[in-house]
Amino acid sequence: MDFGPYFVLALIEGAVQASVLALTAVGLSLVFGVMRVVNVAHGEFFMLGAVLAWAVATTIGAHPAIGFVLALVIAPVVVGAIAVSADVLVLKRLKYDPENTIVATIGLLYIIQQVTLMTYGPDARPVEAPFNQRLAIPWPEWGEGGLTIGWPWGFGTTSYKLFVVGAAIVLLIVLWQIMARSKLGLVMRATQLDREMATAFGIQVDRVYAIAFGIGAALAALAATLIVPIRQAHYLMGADPLLLSFIVVIIGGLGSLPGTVAAAVLIGMSDGMISMFFSPTLAKILSTLLVAFVLVFRPQGLFGSRGR
Amino acid sequence: MAAVTLLETRDLSKRFGGLLAVEGVDFSLPQGQIRALIGPNGAGKSTLVGLISGRIPASAGSVSFQNRDITHLPAHKRIAAGMAYTFQITSIYERLTLDENVALAVRRVSPGNEAEVDSQVADALNHVGLEIRRNDVAGDLSYGHQRLLEIAMGLAQKPKLLILDEPTQGLADSEIANFKNLIRSMAGSTTILLIEHNMDVVMDTADFVTVLNFGRILAEGTPDQISANYEVQAAYLGTTDA
Amino acid sequence: MSDAQKSLTLTICVIALLLVLHFVLPAYHHGNLARIMVLAVYAMGFNFAFGYGGMLSLGHALFFGAGMYGMGLVMQHLGWPAGPALIAGLVSSLIVSTVIGFLALRTSGVQLMIVTLMFSQAGFLTVLYFGEWTRGDEGFVIQQADRMLAGIDLSNEANRYLAGLLLFAICLFLLSRLVQSPFGKVLVAIRENEERTRMLGYDVGQYKLIAFIISGTVSGVAGASYGLLFGYVGASFASVQYSILPLLWVLLGGAGTALGPLVGTLFMFYLIDITSGYTTAYLAIAGLVLVLLTLFARHGIIGEVRNRWLKWLP
Repeated sequence: MDFGPYFVLALIEGAVQASVLALTAVGLSLVFGVMRVVNVAHGEFFMLGAVLAWAVATTIGAHPAIGFVLALVIAPVVVGAIAVSADVLVLKRLKYDPENTIVATIGLLYIIQQVTLMTYGPDARPVEAPFNQRLAIPWPEWGEGGLTIGWPWGFGTTSYKLFVVGAAIVLLIVLWQIMARSKLGLVMRATQLDREMATAFGIQVDRVYAIAFGIGAALAALAATLIVPIRQAHYLMGADPLLLSFIVVIIGGLGSLPGTVAAAVLIGMSDGMISMFFSPTLAKILSTLLVAFVLVFRPQGLFGSRGR
Repeated sequence: MAAVTLLETRDLSKRFGGLLAVEGVDFSLPQGQIRALIGPNGAGKSTLVGLISGRIPASAGSVSFQNRDITHLPAHKRIAAGMAYTFQITSIYERLTLDENVALAVRRVSPGNEAEVDSQVADALNHVGLEIRRNDVAGDLSYGHQRLLEIAMGLAQKPKLLILDEPTQGLADSEIANFKNLIRSMAGSTTILLIEHNMDVVMDTADFVTVLNFGRILAEGTPDQISANYEVQAAYLGTTDA
Repeated sequence: MSDAQKSLTLTICVIALLLVLHFVLPAYHHGNLARIMVLAVYAMGFNFAFGYGGMLSLGHALFFGAGMYGMGLVMQHLGWPAGPALIAGLVSSLIVSTVIGFLALRTSGVQLMIVTLMFSQAGFLTVLYFGEWTRGDEGFVIQQADRMLAGIDLSNEANRYLAGLLLFAICLFLLSRLVQSPFGKVLVAIRENEERTRMLGYDVGQYKLIAFIISGTVSGVAGASYGLLFGYVGASFASVQYSILPLLWVLLGGAGTALGPLVGTLFMFYLIDITSGYTTAYLAIAGLVLVLLTLFARHGIIGEVRNRWLKWLP
């Protein structure tokens, strides 16, 4: 078989990966942008989202679509609420000191992960997709009779995967509009720009922080709910999204939403591609080194402008 | 007296984005002089001493110290070459004792046996009148005493050039009087570059005054010449310090 | 007695106590304490950079692993005897910490944490990638017959304990001396106020780099010794978890204290040991302790004792 079909397949897998990654990373980026803290427990919020989606879908037990839609609402809300309480109980008391916050969120990471192990258990569990038609992908070929459209590898992808990509794009646009147009977005951007000034204008910074932390976690949970019909829910599944989100946020420029999305597409696509043609471990080695070198030599990110 | 030039800048400039904070400054400081650097807020005084001490890299121009080009030396090497620097916002080791604060300054200049370090620490603290508190933690000192401690750390380095960035800022009147005495006691032995807002202090301590405005040197002269200078008065109009 | 004499006396008493325990402890705890002492050396290495130098690394497992694999690989594949292999472990972590220090110390604070985390993760993945030699997650065992140093069988429980104690004592004395030297005082000064220290004429970058290399190398020696004494080399020792553990130990015991690393390692080891008797999710306790420490006891056990009662504690 040709190289082309593989390439298209890798492209689609990459797009799915990139969409989920973009949502997760935007959550991390939002928290960093507004609060200036790094949330190491972000991957665990992702994992919690997936586990909760499984729990909701199994409890409902009706048509998979109903369970899925409910999960899409409940998982982010519950995870967001957990994040808000973590913010109020822990981060706020640390006065958001950057280094202490990292140490504390490492603690949260272990707590969330291990409590999930105690309750949900060590198994990986699937969630049924609401719809899952197999789709074939056409491929042009030069045959004896000129150009023909063939179906060289039978079934290529599923409708659900395309839905994930579409849903992520819609969600990102909605988030973008919220940040750009709504009062909440304005308040968050004001806090990000200048905390003292925001306080002077009567913005309750503590509340903004709690909301930002909650939304950041909810985005991770949302991404996880979308991906869980493709990948199973497991208590250790938070590590990869955390690492990849880090990579994306740092390469995209800390706290910059457009940069984060651009980097998510780049990393998501290339990670899928590299993993397809090379070893996944090598791909991860290269991307972690890339992050380290970007931070050392170009801390504003590859796409970021030199800001504050 | 044919004075030896200790410090000289040539066409020294610093650009922050679109703003020229310091522009083409030719500044010369003879050995043994007490020089005041004055000017309205935002005139570029702190930037200029930042360029001299190496805290801020220059955009153009050169700095020489003891006839040696130090433009490309990092800050710590300039300090090691004989400058001492006190910060505009007091910068000491708040969680360490006064003793250790000053000892850190002494040890860099004359490393070696602790007894010798000890006696030099005592001398420096004595000079600013803080020797009885040498075992206290620096953070417990009053603001005025913290400033004095920082000056003691400067003195303890036995510098050829002591740079003081607004040392009297936030001090009470009685403390300012003591400070003036302290500066006078150093006259002749140490070259001092003093950024100062308080014209009283300038008049009473400085041998010579440089006025900076909009990043350029506006005037230079003895304190009396400067106080009579119409341009300087104009530059200060509207500010409350003069 | 001066404070310095009190500190020295205390240090000697601790070493003596550990020696006495060798003769009285039941086998289970004797074995635990042997491990704890070697891990405490790792914590002391970490503490030198973090507690005294103010450099918070989340990637020290890279140095622990560099020491362990530097030692293990030359024994496994080149058939080196234990002595030279230990030196290979030391040199390997020395090289790795020099390179990483040189790169990572261009950053500080949060960036330094992430950069070290990433380098360490790359190191861990490299161990997995070259699974043919490292045997990846599964790791490899160092044969009992090879664990001989100067005619002493290190697989023997008693010898192992005494070797661990010797290593611990040497590192404790050397690092304590270093902390009290002018070098150590400048290092603390950098931690307290970096800009002031630079403007006193110290080459801050060089001091930090040297401290980082010392820290990484001590951690590497701990890794090499751990592998040799307990006869196993595996990728988990290079994982993120082994970067977090020394932070946990040092925070618990007291950062910037001489005995904090030992106390923290001891407490945490037993805390996890006891918890794992009840649940497989024993790491939850590590998480809880981390959160509680940041919230309520930033100075750790020894740090709090020093602040409240014994000002002279080293």
